[in-house]
Amino acid sequence: MTAIQTFVPAAAELTRPKRTATRARIFSATLLGLFLLFQALPIYWIVRMSLMTPNNVLTRPDFLPVEPTLDNYRTIFTDPSWYMSYVHQISYVALNTVISLAVALPAAYAFSRYRFLGDKHVFFWLFSNRMAPPAVFLLPFFQLYSAVGLFDTPWAVALAHTLFVVPLAVWILEGFMSGIPREIDETALVDGFSLPRFFVTVFMPMIASGIGVTAFFCFMFSWIELLLARTLTSVDARPIVVTMTRTASTSGMDWGLLAAAGVLTILPGIAVIWFVRNYIAKGFALGRV
Amino acid sequence: MTIRLENVGRRVDGAMHLSGIDLVLEPGRLYVLFGRTHAGKTSLLRVLAGLDRPSEGRMTENGADLAAVPVPSRNVAFVYQQFVNYPSFSVGENIAAPLRRRGLSAEEISRRVTDVARRVQLESFLDRLPGQLSGGQQQRLAIARALAREASLMLFDEPLVNLDYKLREGLREELRGLFRQGRQIVVYATTEPEEALQMGGTTIVLHEGRVVQQGPAQEIYRKPQSALVASIFSEPPMNLVPARIEADRLRIGTLSIPRPAHIPAGLQGECRIGLQPHRVRHAESPGAIRLEGEMLLAEVDGSSTFAHFTAAGHPWVARIEGVHALHPGTAFAGHVDPRDLYVFAADGALVAPAATGGPVHG
Repeated sequence: MTAIQTFVPAAAELTRPKRTATRARIFSATLLGLFLLFQALPIYWIVRMSLMTPNNVLTRPDFLPVEPTLDNYRTIFTDPSWYMSYVHQISYVALNTVISLAVALPAAYAFSRYRFLGDKHVFFWLFSNRMAPPAVFLLPFFQLYSAVGLFDTPWAVALAHTLFVVPLAVWILEGFMSGIPREIDETALVDGFSLPRFFVTVFMPMIASGIGVTAFFCFMFSWIELLLARTLTSVDARPIVVTMTRTASTSGMDWGLLAAAGVLTILPGIAVIWFVRNYIAKGFALGRV
Repeated sequence: MTIRLENVGRRVDGAMHLSGIDLVLEPGRLYVLFGRTHAGKTSLLRVLAGLDRPSEGRMTENGADLAAVPVPSRNVAFVYQQFVNYPSFSVGENIAAPLRRRGLSAEEISRRVTDVARRVQLESFLDRLPGQLSGGQQQRLAIARALAREASLMLFDEPLVNLDYKLREGLREELRGLFRQGRQIVVYATTEPEEALQMGGTTIVLHEGRVVQQGPAQEIYRKPQSALVASIFSEPPMNLVPARIEADRLRIGTLSIPRPAHIPAGLQGECRIGLQPHRVRHAESPGAIRLEGEMLLAEVDGSSTFAHFTAAGHPWVARIEGVHALHPGTAFAGHVDPRDLYVFAADGALVAPAATGGPVHG
């Protein structure tokens, strides 16, 4: 008897939350759709432009590409001043990522495992490097690299970028490493592992996702940075970000060509994000991203 | 090899972790390091392994000073309370890792890996990763890695504490068998008196960084050197109640009983008596003292009931077999054979152990 009495109002109540749930879902889906549209529209627009001739770009506001052509891409892949720019940029980005990881891994291990005089101060000082805008370092870098003959080489940009990337890398890696219990280090020591061997064969696989996340941040900073890259290169090591901006100002406006270069510049970033997306998700859960 | 510790102490930031430890550890023997948490068990194990340096005293192996020997070249195996394995190595590679580091031949390594894996029943999991094993299997893997080493010093820091009851019983049984075969020194830390009693070997009782008694667990249980050892080497802790020995009476609070025969002749004055909780009987028996009082609290622990009650003006704990419905506030009477009473001097030293031998667990 009582069971039936309590059941009836409960059933009536059940339908109301369901209706609001559906409404909420529609609302959030619309919001998300709008957001994605705003995000994707500029990317679509640059793809559309890259497939059109300069004339059409300026005169035709159609949504779909007019007289689509791959000429712009053909120019980029045949003209060395274009495609070599990509090679230069990729080489300094790769150098920067490798150097930063090679430096940050041992440093982060030291901060995570040992106590030494001034460890906290050094950790903070590393970060203070990041608090200054890159422009502050333009002049000293330019002077220094000119003096030692590094100016206009990929090394110049790579080394300059490490100044900003290493602190971040140390910080991210330190978070991951501190999540690994010390007992593993000690067990390896007792089992007869030397520190370098333990580090490479046991420890690094354990923080693989942290290394992936760190490499991603090294890559991203270096790939999109313009100011240092422009100041520290002239002709021999000019990266694509510089080529694009210089082309825009000197040889009139070849919108189609610029758009094609832009599309090709977005692609590596997308590829890298695709490869590390799982690590990033793990990184958010475990470390300090 | 014999390891000798002389007056070993360790301080960390002014806090005393170990102090005045004198021990001789002989090959082929099992030593159970017993103490409550923070008694210094892990500190002592870490000093033995070489992971921490003693801040005073000497540690020698066959007379040679151990302080200068770096950890990787010591012949030590260490099993932690946590399940520590190399997560990126397969089970087989985990067991083989320390052997490879010591440069053993490939046949010898594979022989030992299969042999040890069989002993800890992991032979069908050799290709799995540690993350794909259950907790008990992970700890068995850690133990297997330590066994395969055939290290001359094997250290176990409460290896079974993170396992469930059934697994613990099984694994403890396996470990006892494994230790019996070896010629190495095994040091096994535990917080449970019951485990110390089951493991056998020599028990070393630690308290606040000092060794307070050592000997076979049974002996420590029967003849604790002091009230302190008696209370820590008993779960729940032994009842310790102030009493007074007179010419022919023993006064325990408001209770006065005929002087038990096992109290040495001529002894008189203030003392403390000790009583194992499981020696308090619910049922009446001839010649027993009757502790009459009021129930405070009853806890049921699977097969037995812990009865906290007051009698003779003091609180007592009784561990009574079986599940009993005992309600707080009701009358309770415990029956105690006077021969079960331990007598400690006022300073805590043992004066007379209980006269009853009997089974250790009632």
